Amino acid sequence: MTELVRLFGSLGINFSAIGPEVALLGAACVILLLDCFYKRNGGGHLLSIGLVGLGVAAWLALRVDPNLPITAYYDTVGADGFSRLIKVILCGITAVTFLMTAGYALRREVESAEYYALMLLATLGMMLMASGTDLIMIFLGLEISSISQYILAGFRHESPRSTEASLKYFILGAFATGFLLYGIALVYGATGTTNLMSLKIYTANVEKAPLLLMAGCALLLVGFGFKLSSVPFHMWTPDVYDGAPTPVTAFMAAASKVAGFAALTRILFVGFTGVQSGWGQILWVIAALTMTLGNIAALVQTRVKRMLAYSAIAHAGYLLVALVAGTEMGGIGIIYYLVAYALTNLGAFAIVSLLRNEDDEGLKLSNFAGLGFRRPWLGLLMALFMFSLAGIPPTAGFLGKFYIFSGAVEAGYIGLAVLGVINSVISVYYYLRVVVWLYMSPNIAGEDPLIGAAWPLRLTLALTAIGIIMFGVWPGPLVDLARRAILPLLS
Amino acid sequence: MNYLSLVLFLPLVGAILLAVVPGGARVHRNFALGISGATFLLSLRLWFDFDVHANGMQFVERFDWIQSLGIRYAIGVDGLSLMLILLTTFLSTIAILASFQSITERTRSYFACLLALETGMLGVFMAFDLFFFYVFWEVMLIPMALLIGIWGGKRRVYAAIKFFLYTMAGSVLMLVAIIAVVLIHRQATGSLTFDLFQLYGTPISRTAQMWLFAAFALAFAIKIPLFPFHTWLPDAHVEAPTAGSVILAGVLLKMGTYGYMRYCLPMFPEAVLFFAPLILGLAVIGIIYGALVAMVQPDLKKLVAYSSVSHMGFVMLGIFSLNFQGLQGGMIQMINHGLSTGALFLLVGMIYDRRHTREISEFGGLTRVMPVFSIFFMITTLSSIGLPGLNGFVGEFLVILGAFQTARPFAIVGAIGVILSAVYMLWMFQRVMFGEVTKEENRKLIDLSPREWAVMVPVLILIIWIGIHPKPFLKTSEVAVGDILKKYGTTEMGQVAR
Repeated sequence: MTELVRLFGSLGINFSAIGPEVALLGAACVILLLDCFYKRNGGGHLLSIGLVGLGVAAWLALRVDPNLPITAYYDTVGADGFSRLIKVILCGITAVTFLMTAGYALRREVESAEYYALMLLATLGMMLMASGTDLIMIFLGLEISSISQYILAGFRHESPRSTEASLKYFILGAFATGFLLYGIALVYGATGTTNLMSLKIYTANVEKAPLLLMAGCALLLVGFGFKLSSVPFHMWTPDVYDGAPTPVTAFMAAASKVAGFAALTRILFVGFTGVQSGWGQILWVIAALTMTLGNIAALVQTRVKRMLAYSAIAHAGYLLVALVAGTEMGGIGIIYYLVAYALTNLGAFAIVSLLRNEDDEGLKLSNFAGLGFRRPWLGLLMALFMFSLAGIPPTAGFLGKFYIFSGAVEAGYIGLAVLGVINSVISVYYYLRVVVWLYMSPNIAGEDPLIGAAWPLRLTLALTAIGIIMFGVWPGPLVDLARRAILPLLS
Repeated sequence: MNYLSLVLFLPLVGAILLAVVPGGARVHRNFALGISGATFLLSLRLWFDFDVHANGMQFVERFDWIQSLGIRYAIGVDGLSLMLILLTTFLSTIAILASFQSITERTRSYFACLLALETGMLGVFMAFDLFFFYVFWEVMLIPMALLIGIWGGKRRVYAAIKFFLYTMAGSVLMLVAIIAVVLIHRQATGSLTFDLFQLYGTPISRTAQMWLFAAFALAFAIKIPLFPFHTWLPDAHVEAPTAGSVILAGVLLKMGTYGYMRYCLPMFPEAVLFFAPLILGLAVIGIIYGALVAMVQPDLKKLVAYSSVSHMGFVMLGIFSLNFQGLQGGMIQMINHGLSTGALFLLVGMIYDRRHTREISEFGGLTRVMPVFSIFFMITTLSSIGLPGLNGFVGEFLVILGAFQTARPFAIVGAIGVILSAVYMLWMFQRVMFGEVTKEENRKLIDLSPREWAVMVPVLILIIWIGIHPKPFLKTSEVAVGDILKKYGTTEMGQVAR
C-alpha cells in the first residue's frame, strides 16, 4: 500500500487534489450503469444518486486545507482555497439544477440517465477549469464541460428549437475552442511553457512583453469571450438560452459562468499579472461594450428567456469590470457576484421552468400578467429575483455590484464604474417591467400557463430566495471566504 | 434602554406580519393603524428624551455589519433628524388612517407596502453609516413604486417606472461617490470606515470635492426635486393614491434637502461655496417656475404638486444661504411643507373620494355644502401661503431673512414667489369654495366623517401650534445647525431664531 502511494507520488498522482472530480465521475458512471440494468418509472433514483455524488464531492472539496494548497499531476492541478470555494459553489449549483429538473414542466422529455450523467460530467469539467494551474488542463476542463453542455442543450429531441440551440452552441463553441487552443500555442511559442506559475515568473521578469505573447493572450481572451458571452462574441447566447431546456439554461447561465470566470481569473491574475497593462485595456473595452450592449438589447425583448439571456450578457460585463480592476476588492467582488448571480438566475429560471407554454413561441413576458396576485408567493419570489438582478438592496445582487464597483474605483477606473452604475439603471427598466407585468397589469383571461409546483421546485425556490436575502443582509462569512480564496492569487 | 431600533423596524415587522394576519380588509387596516400608531408613540418618546443642548448623535446604536469593510449598522438621532423622524411616523399614521375607505382592494399588500415604506424612510433619517444610509435610500423605492403602480390612477405604470428610474439614476452616481469618499478617507488615515462622523474630517482636495459634491447633489436634487429635475414629480403625485401622495410630498422630498444638510454641507464645504450660487439660482427658478405652473393647472392635485416644487425651492434657498437663520428656516420649512402639503393632498383626496374628479372647474360653492371641509381647507391654504400665525410664515420668514444676509438678489426673487403662492392658492380656493353651487352633483356632497376629522385635526393642530409657538421646534435643530456652520466660520447664533 505505502509503496503504491510512493509510486503514485513519483508519478505526480495525488487523489486528494482531485477528490471531488473523482466523486462526480463515479456518480456519473453509477448512474449510467444502473440505468442499463434497472429501469424504473421516473428518475427519482437517478436524482438521488446524483445528489449523493455532489454531496460527496462537496465534502471532499471542503476537506482540502486552504492554508496548505496542494498541486499534483506535475503542477497541472491545484487544490487551494480558490478552487475549493469554486468547487463547493459548483456542487451547489448543480444540486439546485437537479432539484429544478425534478419540478420541470417538461420533465418527461428530458429526464434520463444520460441527462444526469452529462450534468455531472459538465460539473467535473468545470471543476477542472477552476483548479487547473496549467493552460492545457484548463482547456481540458473546458472541453469536458462544453461537450456535455452541447448535448444537454439539445436534449429535447423533438423540439426543433432545442436542436437548433444545440447545433449553434456546438459550432460556435468549436470555433471558440480553436481560438483558445491557438492562443495557448502562441503563448507556449513565446514563453516555452503553459504552466501558470512559470508564466507568472516569465511575465514578471520580462521588460517588454513579446508580441507573440500578447497575441496569444488576446486569442485566449477571444476563446473565453465566447464561453462567457462577452460582446462581440455573444451572438449565440440568446438563441441557445432560449432553445435549451430551461434547467439546462439555468445550469449554463449559473455554473458555466462561475467556472469560466474562475478559470479566467486564475489565468489573468496568476499567469498574466506581469502584463496587466496589456490585457487590462482590451478587457476595459470589452467590459464596457458587454454591459452596454447586453442591457440595451434586453430592453426590447418580449420573451422571458431571451431577456434573461441578454441580462446574462450584461452581467458578464459587470464581472469583467472586476477583472479589469484586479484589486482585492474586485476579486472578492467576482466571487460574491458569481454566487449572487448564480442564485438569482437559478431562482428566476426555476420559475420560468414552471410555466408550460415553452413549445411554440416560448414564454412571453405577458404570460406573467397578474401572476403576482394569483400566485402571491411565486410573484413575490420573481420580484425578489428581479430586484436582485437589478442590484437593489437588500439583496445579494446589490452587494455583489457594490464590491465590483468598489474594486473599480479602488483601482482608479472611475469611468468604468460610472458606466457600470449607469448601466444598472438601464437594466432596472427591464427588470421592473417584469414586476409591472406581475403586479400592475390587468389579468389577461385565458389558460393559466402555470402548473403546480412540486416539492423539489419549491425547495429550489426557497433555497435560492433564502440565499439571496441572506447574502444580501449578512455578507460577512462569504466575504471572508472569498477574501481568503482570492488573496493567494493576487500575491 | 435604547429603543431606536424598535422604532426603525417595528413597521417592517408589522409589514411582514401582515402577510400572515388572517381576516379581511378591516383587520388589515386596523392592524396597520395599530402598528404605525405604536411606532408614532414610541418615536414621540424620542422627542421627550432628546437633549437639545447636546452635540452629535443621541440614542446611538452601533454594530459591526460587514467588518472587513468597516460597514456598520449605525443609527442615531440628532437635531437634523429628530423632527423629520417624528414627521415620518406622524404622517405614516395619518396616511394609513386616510386610506381606510379609498383602498378596498388588495389591502394586505397595500398596508404592507406603506409600513415597509415607513421603515425605509426612517432608516434614511436615522442612519449615519453611509453604506447603511444608501441601502435605505434605495430600498424605499420599491414600496413607493409599488404603491404608485398598483393602486394609482390611469397612467400609474408610467408614473411608477419614471419615479423609480429618475431616483435610481441619481442615486447610483452617489454610490460611486460614497465609495470614493471612503477610499479617500482610507488613503488619508489608513482606516476603512463608512462612519459619517469619521468621514466628516476627511481632507478632500478641491477638485475631488467638486466631483463628489456633484454626484451627491444630483441624487438629492432629483429627490427634492430641484428645477430642472422635477419632471417626475407631477406624474408621481397625480397618479399615486392619496396616502402615497401624502408620504411622497410629506416625507420623501425631505430626504433630498436632509441629504444636503447631512452629507453635502459638512463634507464638501469648498464645493458648497463654489456651487452655492448655482443651487440658489435653481432654487429660486424653482420657486417662481413652480408657482407659475401651479397657477394654470386645471387639476387640484397637479396644482398642489407644482406648489411643492415651489415650496421645496424655499427650503433650498434657506439651506444654501449658509447662515443660521437660513438653515433653521429651511429646517422648519421642511416640517411645514410636510404638514401643509400633506394636509392639502389629504383634502384633495377626500373630495376626490366623493366626486371622482379633481378638476377645479367641476367644483364651486363648496362652502355651502361642506362647511367643515371648507374651513379645514382654508386653514391649510393659508398655512401654505405663509400667513402669520400659521406655520408657513415662520419658515418663509426665516428663510428670507437668512437669504437676505448672504444672497440678497435671490432673497428678493424668492419673496416674489411668496406673493405668487398667495395668488395661485387663493385663486384656486376661490374657484373651488366660493360662489354659487354650479354643478348639480355638488349639492349632495356630505361633509367630513368622524374618521376624516380624526385625519385632519391632528395636522391642523400642529399647523397652528408651530405658527404660534415655534420655539420648541426650532430649538431641537439649533445645536446641529450650529455644528454644520462651524465649517463655514459663521458660528454666531442669530437672535431672531430664538
